[in-house]
Amino acid sequence: MATHAQTQSRTLIIASTAFVLFWLLIASIPFMWTLWGSFKVEGDFFSKADWKNALWGTRTLIETGGTFTGNGYEGAFYEEGFGRAAFNTLVVVFFTVVISLTFGTLGGYALARSGHSYAFWLLMIALIFRAMPHITLVSGYLLPFFEWNLWGRLPTSIIVLVAINQPFTLWMLHSFFLNIPKELDESARVDGCTQFQAFRLVIIPVMWPGVITTGLFSFLLAYNDFAVTSMLLSQENQTMVPRIEGFLGSTFEQGNVMFAVAAVVSATAPLFVLVMFFQRQIVSGLTAGAVKG
Amino acid sequence: MPHKTFFWFILPSLAAMVLFIALPLVSVAVQSLFIEHDQVLIVTENCGPFGCTQETTVDFAASEVLRAEKPLGKFNGLGTYFDRGHLATAEVALAWQDRTSLGDFFSGLYNLPFYRALAFTLSYTFIVTPLVIILGLLIALGVNRLPGMLKGPTIFLSLLPMIVTPLIGSLILFWMIDAQGIIGKTLQWMFDDPQLSLKASAGLTWTTLMVYGVWHSAPFAFVVFYAGLQTVNTDTLEAAQIDGASRFQRIRYVVLPHLTPLVVFIALIQLMDNFRVFEPIVGFSAEANATSLSYIIFADLRGDVMRFNSAAATSLLTVLGVAILLTPVLIRTWRDFKGKVV
Repeated sequence: MATHAQTQSRTLIIASTAFVLFWLLIASIPFMWTLWGSFKVEGDFFSKADWKNALWGTRTLIETGGTFTGNGYEGAFYEEGFGRAAFNTLVVVFFTVVISLTFGTLGGYALARSGHSYAFWLLMIALIFRAMPHITLVSGYLLPFFEWNLWGRLPTSIIVLVAINQPFTLWMLHSFFLNIPKELDESARVDGCTQFQAFRLVIIPVMWPGVITTGLFSFLLAYNDFAVTSMLLSQENQTMVPRIEGFLGSTFEQGNVMFAVAAVVSATAPLFVLVMFFQRQIVSGLTAGAVKG
Repeated sequence: MPHKTFFWFILPSLAAMVLFIALPLVSVAVQSLFIEHDQVLIVTENCGPFGCTQETTVDFAASEVLRAEKPLGKFNGLGTYFDRGHLATAEVALAWQDRTSLGDFFSGLYNLPFYRALAFTLSYTFIVTPLVIILGLLIALGVNRLPGMLKGPTIFLSLLPMIVTPLIGSLILFWMIDAQGIIGKTLQWMFDDPQLSLKASAGLTWTTLMVYGVWHSAPFAFVVFYAGLQTVNTDTLEAAQIDGASRFQRIRYVVLPHLTPLVVFIALIQLMDNFRVFEPIVGFSAEANATSLSYIIFADLRGDVMRFNSAAATSLLTVLGVAILLTPVLIRTWRDFKGKVV
């Protein structure tokens, strides 16, 4: 009987491990393949003759004299000005995160400590706003922004991204502040602090873990955005993601695909680093909402 | 907290949301009621030796002035909502009259751009969401059995498809499934069909997009379920084991009930996110075979002529769709809230 149960669980273990392994391959191979292939020429990246060429760089050796080439990167950054786009992304992401977190901590703190029913309704409205497809909002901005001459500038995109980010930031920080004991700031109030002083002197020193987690998600939203930045930024102010989409128009010219591939890899690299360092915070952030119900 | 303090704390956040989420919705509603101006026409009479001819030309200068004065265009009421590009009431009625079968009627509907987009958006939402939940649960159960040392790297690799920019993730897959890409070639070899291309037919394109959707969102469900599994009550599990429950029964009667609230949470988030499916269609250049509501708004705004009124009408219909999707959740939350107050 015992042996029967044991063999059964051994097959189960093998099956479940094989399944996890299979999933890991599906999840990671596309990235490794593209990273590896970005240092080859187009003939190798696509299996024009033989797929193994991509591994050994057969065409790359013929065309460039080495099995690895940085031509894609050179083209993306020098000819297509991808560096400029990377700089724009940096600006947009930095200010979006900083402003979102400033607004979000103040609002989230107020919502967590209010106890009035309008706080609940505000959270519900924020949930509805969270569900709005971003492109529907963009179609509302576009005409007024053209008329008021706000279109195409980085600050416009930043403030729009901050606003789109607010519902999520409010929810997350609200549930985070609920976990900080009320007694902490109440005792400060008793000692004669105003509400803002209590917030500044007592809450701010202990809020950083929650703020960092929320900041990561604000970062991802701003960094990954395509709908807003592709519609609201002029050509020279474009960030990386819409810029990559711009490359695709010229895809069929020889070699240009590799520019796009190199750009894609360059834009993915920071995200890799982010996950590597902040894996724990990302996981806890994803589950924070769920645990609260 | 007194009302006044609350107000000052929430003000920046509220102002941002009112100005850039609520007002744009109003702006969308207003824009959808207008339509661009007609061209200003000038009729000139040319009289030559063979009699007089009337010639109609467009007065570009006057049209431009009119457009600058009233950028919204002229009032059109609900006209845009019912035209061919949106609800297409006339065409739908015609298709219903001329139908030979129900299938015929639906294929008539599918030729109208709005219904085409709606069909894909709804199929995508309601196929991808359950698949994401199932796959996420299976991965979480599998990872939970791994030795502790392997869990960290496994979670790292699993997070990648979700963290990477949707447009970039779909491009990476797009290059691989290209007829000359590694997966595309492999499929050609497996099915022994050198002409096989995943972009060729609507069915294959839909499948590709949905596979991408599951690949992109499964990590989210996995992480949430995985965290849920860490809090399963081990006493209950042991008790079930002593009572002779098999492994399957333990999962079915102890673990799954514990995870049910998480399923609701994931379903809610996934329904919201999948309903606005957009970037993969751009990334996979799939617009010929599959369009979504978000995509047709994007196409209206990206075209040579920006069709604000058309985009606005589609946007408002999309918002309506989101509202319908969220109604059950809102009703439930409201009941919970009322319950708490009473």
